[in-house]
Amino acid sequence: MKKISCSKIIETVSLLVSETSRVLPEEVKELLKKSFFHEDNALSRKYLGIILENIEIAEKEKVPVCQDTGLAVFFVRQGAGVIVDTGEFPSLEDVINEGLRIGSRKGYLRNSVVDPVDRSNTKDNGPGIIHFLEGRKEEFEISLIAKGFGSENTSALRMMSPTAGKEGVECFIVDTVRNAGSLPCPPIFVGVGIGGSFEKAALLSKSALCNMGRDSRYRDWERQVLEKINGLGIGAGGFGGRTTALDLRIETFPTHIAGLPVAVNISCWAHRHGSVRL
Amino acid sequence: MKRNIIFPVKNYKFEDLAAGDEVTISGSIYVARDAAHKNLVRAIEEGEKLPVQIEGGLIYYMGPSPAPEGQIIGSCGPTTSSRMDRYTLPLLELGLKATMGKGGRDSEVASACRKFGAIYLVTYGGCGAYLRKFVKKSEVIAYPELGPEAVYKLDVKDFPALVGIDIKGNNLYNK
Repeated sequence: MKKISCSKIIETVSLLVSETSRVLPEEVKELLKKSFFHEDNALSRKYLGIILENIEIAEKEKVPVCQDTGLAVFFVRQGAGVIVDTGEFPSLEDVINEGLRIGSRKGYLRNSVVDPVDRSNTKDNGPGIIHFLEGRKEEFEISLIAKGFGSENTSALRMMSPTAGKEGVECFIVDTVRNAGSLPCPPIFVGVGIGGSFEKAALLSKSALCNMGRDSRYRDWERQVLEKINGLGIGAGGFGGRTTALDLRIETFPTHIAGLPVAVNISCWAHRHGSVRL
Repeated sequence: MKRNIIFPVKNYKFEDLAAGDEVTISGSIYVARDAAHKNLVRAIEEGEKLPVQIEGGLIYYMGPSPAPEGQIIGSCGPTTSSRMDRYTLPLLELGLKATMGKGGRDSEVASACRKFGAIYLVTYGGCGAYLRKFVKKSEVIAYPELGPEAVYKLDVKDFPALVGIDIKGNNLYNK
């Protein structure tokens, strides 16, 4: 059995939260650099240049890449061979939220979390959304996506007809991106969840966005849909050009004979995610 | 040559600006986003005095991240402007001359810009770390209880932007 203390988890989550807000994953930076060199539209290209400069400044000056430091969504993968000592906290969820609060304060993240009805601010950037997944034996991994809401607002879910087929799914994805237009801070990342139930499709789309369980059977299809999206001409910032989306990722799960749930989760270019194994 | 606009504007009518032009912003501007707009427009509807002097002014749609120790401001890039579309007309009616954020807006905002001789400016989404260097002073001036959604007054110098909607109602995003 592997034992993990609550102080270790708090320290890990706190660091993950502050680091994720100011350092983008290498793959995100690489895709942005590539698009900067490929973009012909002058305004889009200028914006991509400023984006790259912004990324450097955030790292160097230790400030968040974007003032919308997002809603923290965690995926926790724990195997049966791991015991977490939650100490004074009633549950692992509380331990992770404590790490989130400390990391938000230390990293100067914005308090962007409110009660959904009376809109009063929780004043500590918590709680996060925490999904628990079954891991292998002694596996313990915490993944975080700091989800900006300008792009979250443009995401969509549709319960499609079971006979809609790949064409129908493709239409829905492209329409969702077209409707999003300039609003989600393109160039965007697109996570697509296909199948399961209403909530499963949404969860798949978020996990696809973070590249957690991408279905290798659909690599060609992903490329084709990405190409269609980049043919829309929205461009970086909505200024026109060929850089509308940087990547598209599909995750699937078997579904019911009567249905075809499809969820499209959009991230801005500042796709802040990371994970830590303990 | 980029036009540098100093806010609040007095006699300048934006006549030389067209959608897509690059400009810079200097002077004193206000910051407000969703919750503050709801408060401002409610105050107008109820005939109350506004906590800000908006005549000739610019409202920047933004909610900054906290300033690290000894610094002026945290990350301070634009938020999605279209959420403020429904609150824009009553403010333009009172003499607000410019708004700034990111992304396209309703055609009603474009019509209102034409009617009131106002402009909509666009700045670089997600680039709050870059944009902070153009902010010289920052203070909360209304609704402090809203935390990151409070109304701020910023002193800016050469803050970069593009004309999103000009006074003829032309829209950068419809080009």
